[in-house]
Amino acid sequence: MDYFLDEEQLMIRDLARQIAEEKIMPVRAELDEREEFPWDIMNALAQSDFFGLYIPGEYGGLGKGGFELSIAIEELSRACLGVSTSYAANALGTYPILLFGSEEQKKKYLPDIASGRRLVAFALTEANAGSDAAGVQTTARPDGDEYVLNGTKQWITNGGEAEIYTVIAITDRAKGARGASAFIVEKGTPGFTFGKKENKMGIRASSTRELIFEDCRIPKENLIGRQGMGFIVAMKTLDKSRTGVGAQGVGVAQGAFEAAVSFAKERRQFGAPVISFQAVQHMLADMAAQIEAARALVYSVARYIDSGAKDVSKESAMAKLFATDVAMKVTVDAVQVMGGSGYMREYPVEKMMRDAKILQIYEGTNQIQRNIIGQSLIKESAKKRQGG
Amino acid sequence: MDIIVCIKQVPDTAEIKINPETNTLMREGVPSIINPFDLHALEAAVRIKEDVGARVTALTMGPPQAESSLREAISMGADDAVLLSDRAFAGSDTWATSYALAGAIRKLGADIVFCGKQAIDGDTAQVGPETAEFLDIPHVSYVRRIEWIRDGAVRVQRLMDEGYDVVESPLPVLLTVVKELNQPRMPSLKGKIAAKKAQVRIMGKADIGADEDSLGLKGSPTKVKSIFAPGTKTGRMMIEGGPEEQVDILIKELRKIKCL
Repeated sequence: MDYFLDEEQLMIRDLARQIAEEKIMPVRAELDEREEFPWDIMNALAQSDFFGLYIPGEYGGLGKGGFELSIAIEELSRACLGVSTSYAANALGTYPILLFGSEEQKKKYLPDIASGRRLVAFALTEANAGSDAAGVQTTARPDGDEYVLNGTKQWITNGGEAEIYTVIAITDRAKGARGASAFIVEKGTPGFTFGKKENKMGIRASSTRELIFEDCRIPKENLIGRQGMGFIVAMKTLDKSRTGVGAQGVGVAQGAFEAAVSFAKERRQFGAPVISFQAVQHMLADMAAQIEAARALVYSVARYIDSGAKDVSKESAMAKLFATDVAMKVTVDAVQVMGGSGYMREYPVEKMMRDAKILQIYEGTNQIQRNIIGQSLIKESAKKRQGG
Repeated sequence: MDIIVCIKQVPDTAEIKINPETNTLMREGVPSIINPFDLHALEAAVRIKEDVGARVTALTMGPPQAESSLREAISMGADDAVLLSDRAFAGSDTWATSYALAGAIRKLGADIVFCGKQAIDGDTAQVGPETAEFLDIPHVSYVRRIEWIRDGAVRVQRLMDEGYDVVESPLPVLLTVVKELNQPRMPSLKGKIAAKKAQVRIMGKADIGADEDSLGLKGSPTKVKSIFAPGTKTGRMMIEGGPEEQVDILIKELRKIKCL
């Protein structure tokens, strides 16, 4: 379907697609097998300006919005979710600086992020704090001109590979949700080390690692926003990035769908290509319709957010929830359409199915997305009653 | 430093067919690409720009539609683009092409001129060296590595059948490059946006102060006598029997034709 992309949006889509087809597809199976971080591809994306897509021109970026970022993420995800996760996590880590950072912080970090010279990671999750962000136990104690960080972050995408980390830590436990703050911590700071690298079901090219802070001292100017704003920073960041996860869902579903269609055209049973059987056609038809619906929602929400809308929690949750549930269903069905071949590592769809599962889990499980939508519905109906 | 990269727009030979009646290339509907070796030349120039600073100009001689290849070169890092285009250039062989290119390069000025080792359509590998001769500057062909550039000189490795030569040359110099030199980059988004807006400078015969008789068909000493596609050799033999038997027959047959 034609979504009436403008000339530069088409340029972004086509170049992302070219990189996906020429640089990612030939190596995705090997990256998956070896759990290798895709530095060559990250460097190619950096050289082609993709890391600066959503960063304002004054900091060396292209000044585009979340919509253009979603288009790029979708194309990369069509080839490999492991690669697109490494790319998208960079934006996730950058949003706290972009949305709440001081002018000095932006000048210091954004040019290096836009050029791809330094990767970024966002660190919220801990052993006892995932969906329940209030369970964060990592502390940041003010001490003179510094903060002293202690604690362990878990399952941090780009951990170890990134050089800049935006970290949520507790500055005043007594204040509850207002007791958390966001910080910038650079790789190489004394007291900041990396723990084990996780062995994952899917997105195996991406790096998922522990961050360990032991009396890690960072200068006061590394505080993002004001002290106590940590959860607001985290929630606004996730509101912004969720459509990107939705775009990942659209992309991986599209990739799996294309593989299934081309297989069904070639594979012959009972003297005919299996695509000529209605049972197969109906599966493919459902897949196509679901992907298009997911894409239309993700694009609409991304454009809505870029328009400057204030509260986008509900819409971004819908885009993430719907598109990633579609991704899971479509990748499972792609394996089914391809039968035994689909189950084999010789074909890309079993990897896509393993990869897709994470989309329903990370950046807020799809159950949490439903909670967010539900809470918005309650708020909206309360407003209506007051107004009425 | 000023660098000129000579590029040629060629038909994508992976997609090309030969007209069996006229024995000429069937160009209709075949996509045009930048000659792949020229992409390595462009990459070399852009890397020098990134390392030590340089102004990179892409230069091509061709019909007006060759402009798209120059815009592509800008999207991959060239700063400027010059299209050498004039009806008087039509029908040029390698001699007349080199003459015209040298005229343009003399006007533009360059410390290093890069060319691909050859074009994939004509495969002559003559235009680079001939251009250097017209310019009366040294050239090194088949460059597979640039070791250094300093103090008005360059040291490169020239690929040979067995191993390589190490060659030093003063600047200005013309280098033709092989694909072993580097891995050409993808275009960048900023480059693509710049390419769309870029002004491509067009130079004609008057701009390069050319001698009319040395241009185009008139200036081309090459006369094509005939063109033909060499016939393909056919003939095959199926050997049957068990593995041992087959090996015996194969050895006998190979001896018969003196392969063993």
